[in-house]
Amino acid sequence: MNNKGFGRRILTSPYIVWSAIFVIVPLLIMVYFALTDNNGIFTIQNLQGIGKYKKAFGLSILYAVIATVITLVISYPMAYFMTKMNISSQRMIMMIVMLPMWTNFLIRTYSWITILANKGIINTVLNRLGFHTLRLINTPGAVILGMVYDFIPYMILPIYSVMCKIDNSLLEAASDLGSNGFSRLRRVIIPLSVPGVISGITMVFVPSVSTFYISQKLGGNKTLLIGDAIEYLFNAGPDFYNIASALSLVLMVMILICLAVMNKFTNEDDGGVII
Amino acid sequence: MEKKNIVELKDVFVSLGGETVLDGLNLSIEDKEFITLLGPSGCGKTTTLRIIAGFLNPDKGEIFFEDRKFNGVPAYKRQVNTIFQRYALFPHLNVYENVAFGLRVKKTPEKEIKKQVSEMLSLVNLSGFEKRHIDTLSGGQQQRVAIARAIANRPKVLLLDEPLAALDLKLRKDMQKELRRIQRQLGITFIFVTHDQEEALTMSDRVVVMDKGRIQQVGTPQDIYNEPKNAFVADFIGESNILDGIMKKDYEVSFSGNTFKCLDKGFVDNENVDVVVRPEDVDIVPPDKGMLEGVVTSVAFLGVHYEIIVDIGGFKWMIQTTDKHNVNDKVGLIIEPDAIHIMKKSEYSGLYGDYSSYSEELDHLSDIIPEE
Ligand SMILES: Nc1ncnc2c1ncn2[C@@H]1O[C@H](COP(=O)(O)OP(=O)(O)OP(=O)(O)O)[C@@H](O)[C@H]1O
Ligand SMILES: [Mg+2]
Repeated sequence: MNNKGFGRRILTSPYIVWSAIFVIVPLLIMVYFALTDNNGIFTIQNLQGIGKYKKAFGLSILYAVIATVITLVISYPMAYFMTKMNISSQRMIMMIVMLPMWTNFLIRTYSWITILANKGIINTVLNRLGFHTLRLINTPGAVILGMVYDFIPYMILPIYSVMCKIDNSLLEAASDLGSNGFSRLRRVIIPLSVPGVISGITMVFVPSVSTFYISQKLGGNKTLLIGDAIEYLFNAGPDFYNIASALSLVLMVMILICLAVMNKFTNEDDGGVII
Repeated sequence: MEKKNIVELKDVFVSLGGETVLDGLNLSIEDKEFITLLGPSGCGKTTTLRIIAGFLNPDKGEIFFEDRKFNGVPAYKRQVNTIFQRYALFPHLNVYENVAFGLRVKKTPEKEIKKQVSEMLSLVNLSGFEKRHIDTLSGGQQQRVAIARAIANRPKVLLLDEPLAALDLKLRKDMQKELRRIQRQLGITFIFVTHDQEEALTMSDRVVVMDKGRIQQVGTPQDIYNEPKNAFVADFIGESNILDGIMKKDYEVSFSGNTFKCLDKGFVDNENVDVVVRPEDVDIVPPDKGMLEGVVTSVAFLGVHYEIIVDIGGFKWMIQTTDKHNVNDKVGLIIEPDAIHIMKKSEYSGLYGDYSSYSEELDHLSDIIPEE
């Protein structure tokens, strides 16, 4: 017994060391900066100062919620219809979904600039057809579009994989008990895919709420999200590390609260999911 | 009492993945009967049920339900419910909600659902399990939830696909009685699938023996046992010695170098036939007093009786006897006319019914049925 425990400890130790160095230590550094002033003396002034960023927080959450809802509305039916297709079509759609993920994040976002810009692809086409130039770039809509585009694979994949695992005999049982297609969807498929939906929501909401690059490139400077604020502060030099860390800490706590609420939600349905 | 057919299959052909699975099935199922489909793995039992349930449409042939054509009617519109080979209970619902599923789909009022569900659960002895989650139940309990869920809809026909296969012997025996009781109590037609012949014989009003997508014989358990139609049925149901014989004339057959009186007639004179003699129907006498003479080659004690193998002119017979015999004893056999059953020659002739390669262990191995 002891031997086994020892062996396991040896085997797992690299991972423990790894997570200590790359997860715990940075977090501790962040907490340290958040709770000290420039001279390294304990203070909660940084946390008191985040009131100025209320609007950025609010906007970030609002955009992230909208982006998550849109992603979900697109992804759920898509995943559902994918499971109905034959295997080779499923594979091909999977490839198409994953393809952008293999492209650099910055390039993906830049490509939307060339599409949405005032002299970009869409407006060029519109102008040719005799329409006025539409203001597409530097709008909230463009930011949300960017989020949806960048993060949608993280919604489709978990939902799709949960749906694939639903045993066909359960659907047959439901038909057997009188369920037509819609009733099967409502009474069997949707309840059984909740775990996938929850992890999809988490995996889209978390990066959306903390993103900074998308809003800068597609939203101009008008929409300051919390991620941007943190980035600006860090770029502004060591004097601002403390307040930037405080913002990060608050953001992290908020995200953790969201996850906890969501997990509670799934546990009630007995589908407890960890991202 | 006039018997009315509730389900009829007419000339049903099904092929799956380029293989013929059902090969011209004709079957009439009477209202309120307990009918069992029996046959080896892969013979098409589940496929037959899927046709009746509506999960599969036949390539050719017709299905009737209460004399109305049923081809193309989707599963959810059929008054037929299924107990699946692996139960297929809903993992996201508790016992109560599983049983209530069909009633909810039909928009039954809540009060009525409550009444029905508790009635069903007490029928299967699961009262008090309402709030339990499916994965906290034992196999036998899950099975009973599956029964309750299916019969809560008051189907006219219940399809049961090897529902007892996963249970241990004791539970299995209990559930056999239980199912029989439920069937009588509710007056529902049961179409039951098994590859356990004993289960089929003890539970059913009628048994359908299938092989290779074809029905080999339909009849009461007694018919099937006493008057098998061909060597496959004779061998599949119980133990049989199956010999090549010649029907000399009505009531007279010769095999193993002797001529015997029998009760069968209606064959052409000198027609080649298969002769079935059940091991328990042979009497052992001293060698000089028998109709046939042979040497004991193996003896096994099975508690109530001995099972001995006797070599008669190179053909090994299995005989059950309560007297003790020893290997290498010479014995005589007496076969009374009513112990002999004559069958027409079939594609199965010569394949079954000789115990020359018989050994206890092999027999037990072949009893262990591979999981589907
Ligand atoms: N979807 C399918 N595609 C191809 N072949 C199939 C399919 N379903 C069943 N078969 C084949 O049809 C034959 C009959 O299958 P079926 O499930 O009806 O057998 P069964 O009598 O129920 O056997 P078991 O006792 O093992 O459950 C088998 O040979 C099986 O391999
Ligand atoms: Mg089967």
